[in-house]
Amino acid sequence: MTWLGRHGPRRSKADVPREEAAQFLVPGGPLAGSIGGAPQASGFGPLGRRSRLLSSGRRGVAISTTSTVVFVGAVVAIFLLAPGSAAVRHSFLSPEHMWQAFLGNPSKGYYSVGAAIWLNIRMFLAAEVIILILGLVVAVVRQSVGPVLFPLRIVSTIYVDVFRGVPLLLVVYVLGFGVPALSLGFLSKQSAAVYGVTALVLSYSAYVSEVYRAGLNSVHQSQVAAARSLGLSQWNSLRFVILPQAIRNIVPALLNDFISLQKDTALVGVLGAIEASEAAQIYASTTFNYSSFVVAAALFLILTIPLARFTDHLILRDRNRRLAGSK
Amino acid sequence: MTSPDAAPAAPGVALQIEGLRKSFGATEVLKGIDLSVATHEVVCLIGASGSGKSTLLRCTNLLEQIDSGRIVLFGEEITSDDIDENLVRRQVGIVFQSYNLFPHMNVLRNVTLAPIRALGTDKARAEDEARSLLERFGLADKETEYPDRLSGGQQQRVAIVRALAMHPRLMLLDEVTSALDPELVSEVLDVIRELATAGMTMVIATHEMGFARDIASRVCFLEDGYIVEQAPPAELFTAPKDERTQRFLRRIISAGRL
Repeated sequence: MTWLGRHGPRRSKADVPREEAAQFLVPGGPLAGSIGGAPQASGFGPLGRRSRLLSSGRRGVAISTTSTVVFVGAVVAIFLLAPGSAAVRHSFLSPEHMWQAFLGNPSKGYYSVGAAIWLNIRMFLAAEVIILILGLVVAVVRQSVGPVLFPLRIVSTIYVDVFRGVPLLLVVYVLGFGVPALSLGFLSKQSAAVYGVTALVLSYSAYVSEVYRAGLNSVHQSQVAAARSLGLSQWNSLRFVILPQAIRNIVPALLNDFISLQKDTALVGVLGAIEASEAAQIYASTTFNYSSFVVAAALFLILTIPLARFTDHLILRDRNRRLAGSK
Repeated sequence: MTSPDAAPAAPGVALQIEGLRKSFGATEVLKGIDLSVATHEVVCLIGASGSGKSTLLRCTNLLEQIDSGRIVLFGEEITSDDIDENLVRRQVGIVFQSYNLFPHMNVLRNVTLAPIRALGTDKARAEDEARSLLERFGLADKETEYPDRLSGGQQQRVAIVRALAMHPRLMLLDEVTSALDPELVSEVLDVIRELATAGMTMVIATHEMGFARDIASRVCFLEDGYIVEQAPPAELFTAPKDERTQRFLRRIISAGRL
């Protein structure tokens, strides 16, 4: 919470020269512009801090470019010159196999990895919405103080302890194989994806509730006092004053968990759901070529990278909005 | 706090505190405070840090739960169990040392949030009222700014406006100038003077002895959880009776604060 106003300007005075240096690091970038234009910005956010730490002017850029080229060149050279390079390139990077794996061909016994990623996306979206809500509810319950909610607090604490501690894969197994075996009618007749999403929700809500809790704790008590002293109810204080600030503080952490969640939808494959990594696995065991895994990996990257950029965008927009002094 | 008009007790008394005690853990901060504030009266609380001034104000606004004693606000006992603390707080504005503006809202939303959400005022009317208050205190051009972009003095004036927007009948000011750079103190004190002139009932915890002498109808000196002495400022600052008050004022004078 160093960006809460009064710390910002004071700290920035000493930092101005280094901030200017930081502009060279991200030429023309929005970050460079806003830091140069508004030195008050320095107190806020991981972006500002990172650029300051990394910056060392034009010479630094030249050095970092050179070292990057050398490093990447060395890795590529080692890969190409390795004794087994040709075999690996054929098994993992065959364009022909990649294309086949992407399209799929049920008559030959394998599924389309490209179509299967759609199941990952749907599982991710369904799980994310529920996790955001459930995680918040658990966090708010755990942060509550009233004696009435004491039993719920105990339950929430046990829930978080258990599901943070048990590997997600085991939760997937237990739900995916255990619940159908119970023969509980409707409950036992769901698809593998439903059990998988349930397992993801249970596991991730426990994590995300802790992220929320950290966010709630990051809002200073004086904000609660200010809200309550104006006659706002506990609920309205939470809704309009505490939560918006808490969530702003934890957006990067939340998005980080969701990138992880996107990947972990692959675990549902163990239940037999044809998601991207399972489809890639089937392709590999059918054709003895692993290029399908690279296709699946690339598809997961295509999903996660936009999310990462979106996080950056949100952070920047929020900061610019407050520092520009307009709506 | 449904109908203050119906309250029978003590007309003209805004606030009546009797035997108030408050502890934090093993530390007893308030050890039996009796204080009465008449409507339109401006009472200043002075005393060293840790003497209990802030705690007294926070108890009056029910931000702290008291251990014993009672607080009567406009004829209604607000320390009884069945009172709706939100209704009480709507009548009592409090301004803090550290402003405590909401950093994610611009000035206008800071000021209108509580009227809209706690009083149910419709948005347009709340904004009109907020604008006229902001204008009255020289902040007309700041309504779209975020607190980060304002000076400390401006932030504190916004905090005062935010409290006033609830139409409080009593204002509590908790060392509102202590966090300000010296050159910004006067703009905030001017606002408080204007409120006093307009007849606002206020209890002010302050380290600004000159200001207290200037504005207060009565000054209370707190030490170690007790109100040691209370008197009109002319009396208390020139002829303090209690030995502890004399000692405190000597220290203040030698520090050049009076």
